[in-house]
Amino acid sequence: MSPGDRRLLPVHAPRGVGMLRGSQSFPDAARTALADTQLRRNLGHATATIRAKRAAVVGEVADWEELREAGRSIKADTMARLDDLLIQLEERVVAAGGVVHWARDADEANSIVTRLVRAAGADEVVKVKSMATQEIGLNEALADAGIAAYETDLAELIIQLSGDRPSHILVPAIHKNRAEIRALFARTLPGVDPDLTDDPRELAAAARSHLRRRFLSAKVAVSGANFGVAETGTLAVVESEGNGRMCLTLPRTLITVMGIEKVVPTFRDLEVFLQLLPRSSTGERMNPYTSLWTGVHAGDGPEAFHLVLLDNGRTAVLSDEVGRETLHCIRCSACLNVCPVYERTGGHAYGSVYPGPIGAILSPQLTGVEDNASLPYASTLCGACYDVCPVKIDIPSILVHLRAEHVEAQRRERRVPTPEAILMAAAAWTLADPGRWQNAQTAIRAGRALGRRRDKDAGRIRALPGPLAAWTAARDAPRPPAETFRQWWARTRGGAS
Amino acid sequence: MNRGSSVALFVTCLADTLFPDVGRATVAVLERLGCQVVFPPSQTCCGQAHVNTGYQRDALPLVRNFVATFERYDAVVAPSGSCVGSVRHQHAIVAERAGDNALAERARAVASRTFELSEYLVDRLGVTDVGATYPHTVTYHPTCHSLRMLGVGDKPLTLLRNVRGLTLLALPAAEECCGFGGTFAMKNVDTSTAMLADKIGDVLATGAEVCAASDSSCLMHIGGGLSRLRTGVRTVHLAEILAATDGAA
Amino acid sequence: MSSRDVVLARIRSALGPVAPVPTVRAYRRDSDLDEVAVVERFAERVDDYRATVHRADPGGVAATIAAILVAAGARSVVVPEGFPERWLAALGDDVAVACDGGDLPTDELDRAAAVVTGCAIAIAETGTIVLDGSADQGRRAITLVPDHHVCVVAADRIVATVPEAIALLDPTRPLTMISGPSATSDIELDRVEGVHGPRTLDVVIVGA
Ligand code: SF4
Repeated sequence: MSPGDRRLLPVHAPRGVGMLRGSQSFPDAARTALADTQLRRNLGHATATIRAKRAAVVGEVADWEELREAGRSIKADTMARLDDLLIQLEERVVAAGGVVHWARDADEANSIVTRLVRAAGADEVVKVKSMATQEIGLNEALADAGIAAYETDLAELIIQLSGDRPSHILVPAIHKNRAEIRALFARTLPGVDPDLTDDPRELAAAARSHLRRRFLSAKVAVSGANFGVAETGTLAVVESEGNGRMCLTLPRTLITVMGIEKVVPTFRDLEVFLQLLPRSSTGERMNPYTSLWTGVHAGDGPEAFHLVLLDNGRTAVLSDEVGRETLHCIRCSACLNVCPVYERTGGHAYGSVYPGPIGAILSPQLTGVEDNASLPYASTLCGACYDVCPVKIDIPSILVHLRAEHVEAQRRERRVPTPEAILMAAAAWTLADPGRWQNAQTAIRAGRALGRRRDKDAGRIRALPGPLAAWTAARDAPRPPAETFRQWWARTRGGAS
Repeated sequence: MNRGSSVALFVTCLADTLFPDVGRATVAVLERLGCQVVFPPSQTCCGQAHVNTGYQRDALPLVRNFVATFERYDAVVAPSGSCVGSVRHQHAIVAERAGDNALAERARAVASRTFELSEYLVDRLGVTDVGATYPHTVTYHPTCHSLRMLGVGDKPLTLLRNVRGLTLLALPAAEECCGFGGTFAMKNVDTSTAMLADKIGDVLATGAEVCAASDSSCLMHIGGGLSRLRTGVRTVHLAEILAATDGAA
Repeated sequence: MSSRDVVLARIRSALGPVAPVPTVRAYRRDSDLDEVAVVERFAERVDDYRATVHRADPGGVAATIAAILVAAGARSVVVPEGFPERWLAALGDDVAVACDGGDLPTDELDRAAAVVTGCAIAIAETGTIVLDGSADQGRRAITLVPDHHVCVVAADRIVATVPEAIALLDPTRPLTMISGPSATSDIELDRVEGVHGPRTLDVVIVGA
């Protein structure tokens, strides 16, 4: 490949656009979140509720493991021939009367959509919840072009009205409770009933009447897609409220922004994903509405359909053989709901639109690991995410892999190693040799002095020096024993082995 | 039944240095069941903390040392779910990442003969009653790596149920992580502490005297919290309970 | 060089040479429920979504539909052009029926109290009805904008599993899979029926 062809190599999602990078490291953002009583309560309740619902509906499916394996293998097959499948998808969509656009990155996707909205003679669009358009910061880009984008999903509406950021893939306003939402609606919805209570039923009805006119008059809708079928050119949107159906059916122009990894080879593959997704996601046997459309259907729905295929760092993820399976994700959010870290910190701590375990592996790969270096460490590697993932993404292994990528990137970029790297190298040097290790154990035993001085009777240490102080910030440390195991063995067994 | 077999003890660097009683108890249980226990002195550490923090290159000599130390034995037993998990699921990857495929092959072979204590007792020796007596109320934290990486299932609980005098109390939300996570406990100390607080709450809710587990690292974390809060509940390794014959420990 | 070519070239360089991956489909395609049990299961699962299930034999469909609309106090009903007229025979004179041939303005749909349609396929295990825009179901907007949807499901259109349904569907048609009334759990995960789609769903199972 000549130097002129460098643009043919996969590149990460660009900086300065979209929502993939946070302004704080995970530990710093988490510290703030952990102290937020309301957030902790809302999240604890919500995640426990969805976990139980999911477990119940997954438990009734006898062939759940076979479905997971099918899901995994279909996605692996998809990635292995992604180029051919995208070409096939394009062909079929065009044959069915749609137009296909390709976007290298967020900026290009945003300008394509802006151009299409203007060409349709509109200065506002209705939107159905889509992770891809949040990732690229589409609403902000449209606003800069003087186009108003109205989110129509209830939670997204709440987020938009409050100028907040989503904190969960499936229930983006999971961090807000009913009283907060009531106050928000009373303040921001024009003509809202002043006696509005905080009953979720009434709040949903208020959103319904607020958005109804907008749906009936909108000229352009923007959506994402859960699946795009290469074989038939069929697109799928899976939803609950019916706002998706409104957007996909009523406006004359529909623009769908889809990550290139959302393609599936055959129509039949939907029989697998339409079983895996709702049960993993909302914990229902099936979500209320799934819309499937293929190009333009005469006399039914939009007259113009545009599909924007988005790279924005996905090819960079694809280029990593270990990390590649991150692209299998169907955004069900089951891994968030079981994650003990997410459950306590919520989504904002992850900085990106993709929170939780999937965010901890996806965001750093889309942006390059150094732009999200604290995320791969935002996990205890407990493995709960891997257990529930409907497409069997080995998230813990990818986290470990990305940590290694980060350490190696640091090694390449820094002339002076980090203190941690020095410590790790020293520890490894010591542990690589039994003799050196025994000397080190003698040094650790000197730590007995700490225990003696501080807390003689109980044999515990309440404050450790140096970097170990982080340990004793919340926990006592054990006082080193008088004799190591190997000394005991040598003394009692005479080293007889 | 596979008694009289010879096993190499991988005591783990943590138990060797800070919790030698766990190593002694492991030896006692295995010997009581008729095993010939050997302790290869060239052993040090599995390298898990290095791998899990991103220092796979630094972990390579540790993997090499582990393989060289243990590959001559038919069975290797360790009183730690996470160290066995590292041996089984990480050693070959570390070797491959460093381009040493021969080492990866050898690592896979050793890994296939390396067992966590409860696995070895129940699956290999076919024993569920090890003849222990421990007259205390105990609650058991299954630890994530034993549970999900190794899939030991309820083997530890089966062993505990057969201990004379022991009252086993179910731990609420048992399968949830305690928040240790190796260097996570330091790098994300706030989140780790929040998780620990909930685990401690669950342990206290059982009313047990003892919180047991099969990993000294998780126990160091949970025990450090229980001790800091002066709860009076102590942590004890599964091996120590299984080794007890007179109610001591 | 077009963005299309760039993205495709990036994919190829990212993948390098890859071996084909076999797809493993060891999951169930059908169930061992007999025809009667399939219908039972469907009724049960629809009911779980807080939709209302009605049973009628072919001669009783018209009366069932009329009763549902009377109970709801619905005075204006939309039906698709191909909806069997005999099924509307029991409606009272005070119910205005608008027949949509694709031409009713959206505002009129918005004013209608209910819509009555048939369905293409139904799935027992998930309690799902699938509309495919056939003449007895109409275009998508008519089952979306009115607040109450009455759907007539012939028992012989009910299959047990999702794979059985997918095999019978025609991807060139616009498809809508409906499982219960519109719902949201966006506020504290409290499920609320009815946000933008029909808040009430009545399913009439015919002939079993
Ligand atoms: S990684 Fe798996 S569990 Fe998490 S959102 Fe994606 S598909 Fe769901």
